[in-house]
Amino acid sequence: MDAGGSLFQVRIHGRGGQGVVTAAELLSVAAFVEGRFAQAFPSFGSERTGAPVMAFCRIDNARIRSREPIVEPDALIVQDATLVHQVDLFSGLRPGGYVLVNSAHSFEELGLCDLERITSPDRLVTVPATELALAHTGRPLPNAVLLGGFAALVGVVSIESVAVALGERFSSVVAEANVAAATEAYRLVESEREELARVAPD
Amino acid sequence: MLRQIEGSRAVAESVALCRPEVVCAYPISPQTHIIEGIGALVKAGTLEHCEFINVESEFAAMSVCIGASAAGARAYTATSSQGLLFMIEAVYNVAGLGLPVVMTLANRAIGAPINIWNDHSDAMAVRDSGWIQLFAETNQEAADLHLQAFRLAEALSMPVMVCMDGFILTHAFEAVEVATQQQVDAFLPAYEPRQVLDPLEPVSIGAMVGPEAFEEVRYLAHVKQLQALDLIPEIAAEFAESFGRRSGGLVTPYRSEDADTVVVALGSVLGTIKDAVDELRDRGERVGVLGVGSFRPFPAAAVRQALHGVTRVVVLEKALAPGAGGILATDVTMACAGVPVSVSAVIAGLGGRPITKASLTRLVEQAAAGALEPLTFLDLDRALVERELARMASRRRSGPTAENVLRDVGIVSARVV
Repeated sequence: MDAGGSLFQVRIHGRGGQGVVTAAELLSVAAFVEGRFAQAFPSFGSERTGAPVMAFCRIDNARIRSREPIVEPDALIVQDATLVHQVDLFSGLRPGGYVLVNSAHSFEELGLCDLERITSPDRLVTVPATELALAHTGRPLPNAVLLGGFAALVGVVSIESVAVALGERFSSVVAEANVAAATEAYRLVESEREELARVAPD
Repeated sequence: MLRQIEGSRAVAESVALCRPEVVCAYPISPQTHIIEGIGALVKAGTLEHCEFINVESEFAAMSVCIGASAAGARAYTATSSQGLLFMIEAVYNVAGLGLPVVMTLANRAIGAPINIWNDHSDAMAVRDSGWIQLFAETNQEAADLHLQAFRLAEALSMPVMVCMDGFILTHAFEAVEVATQQQVDAFLPAYEPRQVLDPLEPVSIGAMVGPEAFEEVRYLAHVKQLQALDLIPEIAAEFAESFGRRSGGLVTPYRSEDADTVVVALGSVLGTIKDAVDELRDRGERVGVLGVGSFRPFPAAAVRQALHGVTRVVVLEKALAPGAGGILATDVTMACAGVPVSVSAVIAGLGGRPITKASLTRLVEQAAAGALEPLTFLDLDRALVERELARMASRRRSGPTAENVLRDVGIVSARVV
């Protein structure tokens, strides 16, 4: 795709029922709120709860015309860590790309150290999104929480825009709880990145 | 107001702004979100004076639309794929009776093998039914075409189908400017039927016509389609003036003025083709695009004019006429009769196979070099096909092809492309 331009492409992986498609849609709304062009679309495979699901989001400063699936993502969001060794999640990930995984474990513990050959360690972040979702919303849906983490990791949309997108989509009670969870994920990822930057050799 | 919304939502709201009086549909993927959206607008009272009728099948849905339209109501439905096939007798009847029903077709492949994903097989299955068939490139255009569809349908008293790519458009979130009620009311006058069932002035609609006049009635249906060739650009021009954006029309050329090679296509794939063409233009290739907005009536003169001076035409289509080849390509070839141009048909994107910019770029380069066969299949797994042909040749009871091929490729649910 447009390597030198402003296009940013995100692929979200998860399981049916985890709100993968909603996450891509919310991300597109957050980008739209910031005055950018955005396109979100699902890749429906087996439409069953628990089956591997993918959704895509393109963000650009120019109008987006392409309708092809995202094969070379700039960032990956993995909503379910059990997919890590089942699905070819990292296919096409651009060198220097970002990966955000929903997990209380590190990339090393998940057996994903190989990714450091593609990108720098401070772009590989895990966040316990399911736990945060349970704590704030009472439901184990990690999608909105991960968008908070994504805002901290990538910065292509702000946490404020993610909050606006959540507010537009959900009732005030649900939105507020998700915004609180997303904001906590944002802070966690922010501090995790600061930590990684400190330990990373020059 | 410009909003970041799902394509189906944009269509549901646009249809509601047209103040349909009867909406009758049966849910089928990927049309479902459109119908759910309209149903919710009726229930909430946002869409007033509209009866949303639940029925047991697509055949009933279109039959109710026939009755409603004949009784003088503005009627709307939506379907996809097998749903369209199930209502096909009524689809022909709407056109034959000259009733201005508007239908969204969320384009999807036709089984067997069953497949819920996008291609244009469903639209092509009813291309000769007498309906006007308009194709949307984006969700903005899909929304806008519905406003134009009611105008067109009611002006000519004939049905209009708005085709939008299933999932690729219906389920895509992108920015869409949904019109205001005031704008739509100014653009679309109240429905004034040409024929109506009225107990105070009884008429019968749907007479049997024998050999003495059937050809003439059919010819008149053809004349109406030809009238639409004039009316479609007129309505699109008026739309552009009223709404400040261009949508619809017969054909839309892109960078084709000085092109040697032009790709012709229908629907949302035009966006990816334009990206590929821009890349090739940057490399100095003289290539362009021609989007066909109206498939029925087929704008032969406009296509011929748009392709004037072009050496090679590549018709990329998401449908296959087995045993013949391209469908759109046949129409384009007819339109270019007597013109020294080579037309190649390329079958692509069947059953949701992604059409990538990389494949398109290779294809157009090949075409520009004059190396494209008259009929090709984009990204066809030739080895997979050969293995199944070998199985069939090796023994009589080789079994069902779809299952054999699936077993051969293994699990694919997790693959991106």
